[in-house]
Amino acid sequence: MTVSPDNSKVIYQGLKAAGITSLSALPETWLGLLLHLAEKDPNVTLVQVCKEEEAIGIAAGAYFAGRKHVLLMQNHGFLAAINGIVSLAQLYTIPLCMLVALRGHWGEPYPWHTRGGIVTEDVLRALGIPFEYARDPKTVGRQIAEAYTFSQSSLSPVALLLTRDLMED
Amino acid sequence: MKRAECIAMLYPELDEKLVVTIMGACAQELYDLGHRENFFYLQHAMGLASSVGLGLAMHLPKERVVVLDGDGSVLMNLGTLATMARYRPKNLVHVIFDNGSLLSTGGFDSHTTSGITDLAAIAKGAGLEHVRAVDSVMEFGEAVIEAFARNDLSVIVARVVAVGPNHYGMDLHLPENAFRFKRWIGGRT
Repeated sequence: MTVSPDNSKVIYQGLKAAGITSLSALPETWLGLLLHLAEKDPNVTLVQVCKEEEAIGIAAGAYFAGRKHVLLMQNHGFLAAINGIVSLAQLYTIPLCMLVALRGHWGEPYPWHTRGGIVTEDVLRALGIPFEYARDPKTVGRQIAEAYTFSQSSLSPVALLLTRDLMED
Repeated sequence: MKRAECIAMLYPELDEKLVVTIMGACAQELYDLGHRENFFYLQHAMGLASSVGLGLAMHLPKERVVVLDGDGSVLMNLGTLATMARYRPKNLVHVIFDNGSLLSTGGFDSHTTSGITDLAAIAKGAGLEHVRAVDSVMEFGEAVIEAFARNDLSVIVARVVAVGPNHYGMDLHLPENAFRFKRWIGGRT
């Protein structure tokens, strides 16, 4: 199993088509090819953080600045960012458009990812964060644009879960 | 010295700058001097005021950004110092008021009490070039003038006593603060 270069490009094109000009990220395997594309793109501001909760603050700053920002993280990073999501984004009605690599789910061979994968959907529901699964390269671009639009209209965090079907060849 | 004295000295310089504060005493002391639309008080999410400031500074290179932080908050998000050092926005001044105490949550000693943990040394070790630790209001004023004139990412660690205001409360709802802060920025660009 390897990360899909074609689908990573499709996702990046989806971000560009949605008008995204700023990304925050903590590098992880499934997001690696996407981040290489962002690093080479002179029209995108990429902020790599030490821990995903920092990215919630970065995203709030980008939102205040009027820049179209998307957060890229693994689901375990989402779990690590929860207090920032609740006590900055939700408390102050600051939108977050999060693309979350859904590790530890259907087909997961690595035991260390499984607990986080099993609880991710329930944690999203508990926090009242709307989410969708992205499985198909034909529709992921549209899903990214829709996720961003909905985050801005609802002034809420939203999550697009990037699945194994999409991210691996 | 008291944090309130430092904030009072800084206040006239904040007219045209984006200011992000941490929760509690620091936010209240700034608010009590007179709220301005360019002030954002992060009343929770401890540790993230500096991340919000970094996000602002990186996305608004023409604006000046000031973060009013505290030892307890910085200790919750030490990675922020490394992220700041890596991206080094020239337009960000990060003030850390170090009172060695989690004052707003009951006055417990923080890890900086009695000089155990040295935040200025951590900031330098994180790769921040311009770090100054100050102990008096006069030195604080000098450090602030120096930082604004430098036009480069600067950190000021101000050692202050663990005292805060005798009251808390603002006539400002939290989302309202966010909406107005964003609108003020939007009006500038």
